[in-house]
Amino acid sequence: MKLLLAFIALFLASPVLGQEKTIAIGVVTQTRDPVQPVSPLDQEIRDEGLAGARLGIADNATTGRFTKQRFTLVEQTLAKDAKPADAIRDLAKEGIRFVVTDLDAPLLTAAASAPEAREMLFLNARAPDDALRNESCRANMLHTIPSRAMLADALAQYLMTKHWRRWFLVTGSAPGDKLQAQAFRRAAMRFGAEIVGEKEWTFKPGHARTDTGHVTLQSEIPALTQVTDHDVLVVADETNEFGDYLSYRTARPRPVAGTHGLVTTGWSEVSEQWGATQLQARFETLSGRKMTAVDYAAWAAIRAVGEAATRSRSNDPAAIMAYLRGSDFILSGFKGQGQSFRVWDGQMRQPILIAGPRLLVSVSPQAGYLHRGSELDTLGFDQGESRCRF
Amino acid sequence: MPVLIAFFLLALTLQAASAETIYVSNEQDNTISVIDGQSLSLAATIPVGRRPRGIGLSADRQKLYVAAGDDNRIDVVDLKTQKVEGSLPSGEDPELFVLHPDGRRLFVANENDNLVSVLDIPEKRIVSEVEVGVEPEGMGASPDGRIVVNTSETTSMLHVIDAASLELIDNILVDTRPRVAQISADSRQIWVSSELRGTVEVFDADTRESLAKIVFEVPGVPRELVQAVGIQLTADGSRAYVALGPANRVAEIDAKSFKVLRTYLVGQRVWHIALSPDDKRLYTANGNSSDVSVIDLAGQEVAKTIGVGRSPWGIMVAP
Repeated sequence: MKLLLAFIALFLASPVLGQEKTIAIGVVTQTRDPVQPVSPLDQEIRDEGLAGARLGIADNATTGRFTKQRFTLVEQTLAKDAKPADAIRDLAKEGIRFVVTDLDAPLLTAAASAPEAREMLFLNARAPDDALRNESCRANMLHTIPSRAMLADALAQYLMTKHWRRWFLVTGSAPGDKLQAQAFRRAAMRFGAEIVGEKEWTFKPGHARTDTGHVTLQSEIPALTQVTDHDVLVVADETNEFGDYLSYRTARPRPVAGTHGLVTTGWSEVSEQWGATQLQARFETLSGRKMTAVDYAAWAAIRAVGEAATRSRSNDPAAIMAYLRGSDFILSGFKGQGQSFRVWDGQMRQPILIAGPRLLVSVSPQAGYLHRGSELDTLGFDQGESRCRF
Repeated sequence: MPVLIAFFLLALTLQAASAETIYVSNEQDNTISVIDGQSLSLAATIPVGRRPRGIGLSADRQKLYVAAGDDNRIDVVDLKTQKVEGSLPSGEDPELFVLHPDGRRLFVANENDNLVSVLDIPEKRIVSEVEVGVEPEGMGASPDGRIVVNTSETTSMLHVIDAASLELIDNILVDTRPRVAQISADSRQIWVSSELRGTVEVFDADTRESLAKIVFEVPGVPRELVQAVGIQLTADGSRAYVALGPANRVAEIDAKSFKVLRTYLVGQRVWHIALSPDDKRLYTANGNSSDVSVIDLAGQEVAKTIGVGRSPWGIMVAP
């Protein structure tokens, strides 16, 4: 018995005695209803976000081998009725100070409001809400997922370079769709586009893939899109309810852009430039599927902590947090430019991809959109416009 | 009249260059473009394996090695017949490699595997592997043969390998997304470029102490787009040249004082660069404009632009 105790004691002590220091990062995800696939080509994803975080830890670990820093991932999934604060308390008990979240805004806010959260840094890899970067911003939160405003501005810059100035905006019924539509309106105003018409999608596409599903859509969508002439149909459908049905069915032969068609996104499976091929290959080997924008944001969050730990040559969470927000921090994010955090709202500044279904079309910021600081700050809420007060 | 004389002199300098040949790997065309150094025109196009990037000459200068990343091999091009005569194993996804001064071993960066593979050329097999950081990229060998260096892009490290024991001697954290590592002709300095910081760091090869960090600024170009990639050092140790990627410039540096002397405007997204054997010309592979710029270093101007294949990446000059 004594021997056993001694053995356990030794086992417990060894990480402390060893040269290597462990930096534990929590990742919290929530239980989501299974998504009804829209296309037979859709991949079923059960580990969105988590898979990106796991790749981030693997990348950190390889670097850590040389810097004698160990990185571990502690995964937590919130049950439907679970209180986020409980999960945060559990993570705090394990000494975790960095928490990457795959949570929608309400749960994220609840998690970051837990008493233990004050000592923690949250890295938001899911919620695109502009409010989280403005009036509801928090000092203990960074965002690696682009905000809706960034996505809208990136698309607007591209459409303006194409001189597609007249937009017809179609919005879904989900709350996020309305917020994304708001961001498109703001972008139109900022960059000089005109929204010539707006409609809300109210149909229930239901059985679009049944034998006669296309017949219904073929009559509904021309009716919906019979509006004033426009250059492009801009769609806000975050929940993937109808966006894929629009192309080729509109009354006028106009391209579809936004959440569907020509997509504005933080990451796309079609990106292969700037070394993206390597990141995509590593992700696919690890997870057996393609990397989504949420996977990318979770990967970037974990890598950001790893990069700050390596660069600050420190295992002290306070030092790592300070470095993350500092002017020296940059993350190599496979989008051609260094990515860092905005001091005024904690948002990661980053290029936004404008992607077709099979190939990358463009990347914003577009040439000519100048800024006295970083041109990446032409996307989203700039310092002067921000309503965030930490 | 002075203009005419200047023009005549320029033509003369260009003529004076020896009959060197320039080889360019075209990443998207799966070809090597061959440029005649005398006429400065495209002389031939050689089909090679898929996604050719790193290229290098054999010790006897009769063969060109081409890393065909998507085919997981190194093609061997016979420079007389201008045909691929065979291939060498390279490990997965070879990107850049360096020939050790022993003329026998190629050190290959395997971008997807976090390895540097050591390839024995006569035996046509990989004799050893060295584990390095994520996405190994740049490779350099010291002319005295003692060390081989490698950069890992995502880990942001310079790895120093003992060329005899193949042990890692040192791992040095460098600026973000290091690309190219070059060792000076006297084997005393290691130069490393950082793509995302747009800097070049110079280290003492023995002590690995940092000797200098060179920062590049190009008026009118946003800081994020001033990136540092290809490096060339002159044999006499007086000058260094650094490709500034999407800034479309090549910087000329006093290699003693580490001061930037001037920049040359070249094609778009200049990636790798190569000096002529006499150090009088610099050739640049411009990935986005699919051409090669020829810089006359004595006259300090871009003398010619030559169209090559799609997405030129690696470049190398044979005497």
